Amino acid sequence: MKELFERLQALFAVTDFHQQRADLGFLSIPKDHAEMLIRHLRDHEGFTHLVFFTAVDYIEDGVFRLVYMLHNYGTKDTLGVHVDISRENATMTSIHELWEQAGLYQRELKEMFGIDFPGSPRLDEDFLLEGWDEIPPMRREFDTRAYAEATFFPREGRTKSDPRTHMREQLYPDPDQE
Amino acid sequence: MRRANRKDEQELANDGLTYPDTEYFCKTRPVPVGPQFKAMEAVRNWARANSLAVQAFGTGCGAVELRPLMTARYDAYRYGITGSPTPRQSCVFVIGGYASVKTLKRIVVSYEQMQNPKFVVALGSCTVNGGMYWDSYNTINRIDHYIPVDLYVSGCMPRPEALLAGFVKLKELIKAGKCEGANRYIENLDWYKANQKRVIKNWNMPDYNW
Repeated sequence: MKELFERLQALFAVTDFHQQRADLGFLSIPKDHAEMLIRHLRDHEGFTHLVFFTAVDYIEDGVFRLVYMLHNYGTKDTLGVHVDISRENATMTSIHELWEQAGLYQRELKEMFGIDFPGSPRLDEDFLLEGWDEIPPMRREFDTRAYAEATFFPREGRTKSDPRTHMREQLYPDPDQE
Repeated sequence: MRRANRKDEQELANDGLTYPDTEYFCKTRPVPVGPQFKAMEAVRNWARANSLAVQAFGTGCGAVELRPLMTARYDAYRYGITGSPTPRQSCVFVIGGYASVKTLKRIVVSYEQMQNPKFVVALGSCTVNGGMYWDSYNTINRIDHYIPVDLYVSGCMPRPEALLAGFVKLKELIKAGKCEGANRYIENLDWYKANQKRVIKNWNMPDYNW
């Protein structure tokens, strides 16, 4: 996979190659070149299968990291393409023309993270959350517990115990024994 | 059972419907149904208890426990329990575990379309207090705030044996005439509707699905 990365380096601004396993590697690329790189990987390097496409919220760095996971059936290699996009005004080029099923991932990302993919089909239709009117729930600033407690009639009397202290009290009732 | 007085009977608002749909649904408020003949009620309840038709609507992970019930190993037919394909032909609704808001909308529609007498068995701890999804943004905590529940089967997940024991208990309750969830729902319709509309934000269906 190192050779693949060197080949790509000659053509694209790919950085941060990291090989996790013999058949699994990751690389990063700036947002504007990402679609070109993915198209190149699909058409010329044999990465014809889009395994999944998701986002990770790095709120500390102010970015969403998009992860395009591509698979090559010929060499059985899997390559992850990382693309960092800004959390404010999160927009990315749609890849639904490369893989039709990417449109579904993009609908999910739009709903769960609020990332916009202009031109992607049926992007604004409800996917899982019908009539959601809060900030997208997978963004890390969304407090899911506060939302649930305010909305879903929590049953009173529900207590939560720390497993560590609970088991210590159960097993060693006398603290001196420890 | 009280039959609603004609005078204090208000119409349903049906606010969520838009034009063509407003013509298709009636605004009449459902009324509680009491026993037709008091003397016959015990016999009828016995008959009801021995022919339970479970609606084929799997919500959440508990739905996988319903399939083995019908197989030879657990064989729920011994207890007079069978499956039925549509809400209108069934009388038992098994809420199989967690219900997301999207599912809850379908649960309400299916429950209201079921004909009387109808019973609800809530399966698993998710229906009691949210279970492991208690702080999720999309999973309701207590199903009994949205539809009336006649019987809970606790556990995560309950084994098919637990569900069978639950059905046996349900039959006892029906024979004792204690499964009045359907009437409770009609009597407190406004409270249930307010709770449902609080979580189902895109309410685009009639207030009662006849």
